[in-house]
Amino acid sequence: MAKPMTGHVLLIEDEPNIAEAIRFILSRDGLRVSHLADGLGALAAVRSDRPDLVILDHMLPGLSGLEILGAIRADPETRTIPVMMLTARGRDREAAERAGADRFISKPFSNAEILAEVRAMIDR
Amino acid sequence: MPLSALTGARLRERRLAAGRRQADLAAEVGISASYLNLIEHDRRKLGGALLARLADALGFDRTALAQGSDVALIEGLQNAAARGGALAVELAALEDFASRFPGWAGLLVAIDARVQTLERAVEALNDRMTHDPHLSQSLHEVLSSLSSVRATAAILAETEDLAPDWSARFHQNLHHDSERLAAGAEALVAYLDAGSAIAEQGIAAPQEEVEDWLKAQGWGFDDATLAEAAADAVAGLASTAARSLARGYLTRALGDARALPMQAFAAAVTALGPDPFALAERFACDPLQVMRRLATLPGLGAGLVSCDASGTLTFRKPTAGFPLPRFGAACPLWPLYAALGRPLQPFEAVIEMAGQGGRLHRVLAWGRPTHPMGLRGPELREATMLIMPEDQPRQAALPIGSSCRICPRPACAARREPSILSEASATDAGPMGF
Repeated sequence: MAKPMTGHVLLIEDEPNIAEAIRFILSRDGLRVSHLADGLGALAAVRSDRPDLVILDHMLPGLSGLEILGAIRADPETRTIPVMMLTARGRDREAAERAGADRFISKPFSNAEILAEVRAMIDR
Repeated sequence: MPLSALTGARLRERRLAAGRRQADLAAEVGISASYLNLIEHDRRKLGGALLARLADALGFDRTALAQGSDVALIEGLQNAAARGGALAVELAALEDFASRFPGWAGLLVAIDARVQTLERAVEALNDRMTHDPHLSQSLHEVLSSLSSVRATAAILAETEDLAPDWSARFHQNLHHDSERLAAGAEALVAYLDAGSAIAEQGIAAPQEEVEDWLKAQGWGFDDATLAEAAADAVAGLASTAARSLARGYLTRALGDARALPMQAFAAAVTALGPDPFALAERFACDPLQVMRRLATLPGLGAGLVSCDASGTLTFRKPTAGFPLPRFGAACPLWPLYAALGRPLQPFEAVIEMAGQGGRLHRVLAWGRPTHPMGLRGPELREATMLIMPEDQPRQAALPIGSSCRICPRPACAARREPSILSEASATDAGPMGF
């Protein structure tokens, strides 16, 4: 069994059941996970909490995932925070890459896949 | 009028079918056997008195040598060649190919038409996948449900020591998401089923569908039954877009019929001739209405084209010897476009369409601005050109074409692109737009 991780993950995902599953997987692995269901409060949360990793859905109510990512990368205080994007389509992925996302997970993802990616980013 | 090379091969077929030797037939019509041989092998054009003598000698109608279906076949091959891109096609041998292997030529044209249909279907599907917000939303819904089901099911299956309250919670989530997934998939299937319009869009562009439908109706309806018959007929069109276009056409036709009742209109045409401007004055109506009405008169054999402010052809009723482009822009020399640029002025010309053996047409065009959203709204324009056969030979007819791509005129000031029918046009052409 892998060594439990430490760190703070901010999950921005509007689908409650997906969010619950991800929270469970990551929390079980030792991470602290906070969750936001829309994009409007996301920027303030990133600035104030300074998470070790942001997991960001592409399609969100309020601000879109790309808009949030753009704002994170534009702010000197948050631009280095790693961001993993949850995307559905290849075209979304290309747009996220251009906007500065560090990793991508395509829906529907496997739990093992998302856990491995998060471990790799937190340990980096 | 000299007939095309196509006639040579057909003449040879007729002679062989009649069991006549070249030398015998040549002697009977007063030419040498070698000259007849040149005609049969497309080295000499055939026409006039010699054609009549040959027809008499072989006992057939001279017009049978150049049938309309052959012209359509040639045009189909030209269009196929135009879409062939960089492929080197032996254009010079095109008529010979069509006459020697009509079956293969027909198959090639049919395959080309099928390719176009499939390309339109792919384009329609691509547009729908890319731009249809309903489809995009439905797919997002299904993917989200699927993601949740997958993640939750994996937790339940792989976590041995899952606490009962968590287990119950995830089971509930799983149930909820599976219901949502089923509903989403069902909605998606229903949406795609209802959108058999996807396939419809591939069969033909809506405008072509309407034009085919109008052709089947004889390009017109009886005034007395127009409203009723039209409503029934429109329902038979396959695609929603075509039905919408057809309803627009019929609404306009009803207005034309009210402004120009057929009995009075026919009497005026007899008195004044098919002159849309004189008739418009007589009935105090829009010349466009008169042109549309004239195009429905069966005895006149008139063609009609209309365009919007972009120059796009929005209506095409063909007439013999005046090929209309199926795709892309038409010849910029058409008086239709002069009328579009200078609205409310009558334009009239005798024209000679390229590649039609000197055949002439009289065309009359009129354009007008419209303000469908009121005078403060955007100004739109429409123009229409009536095309009628011209029997009187003219010294000075305006040389025009169908579209640059298949127009053989070597040096044309209005040429946009080289023609596939003449290598010289690539170098002798006009400004080609830049």
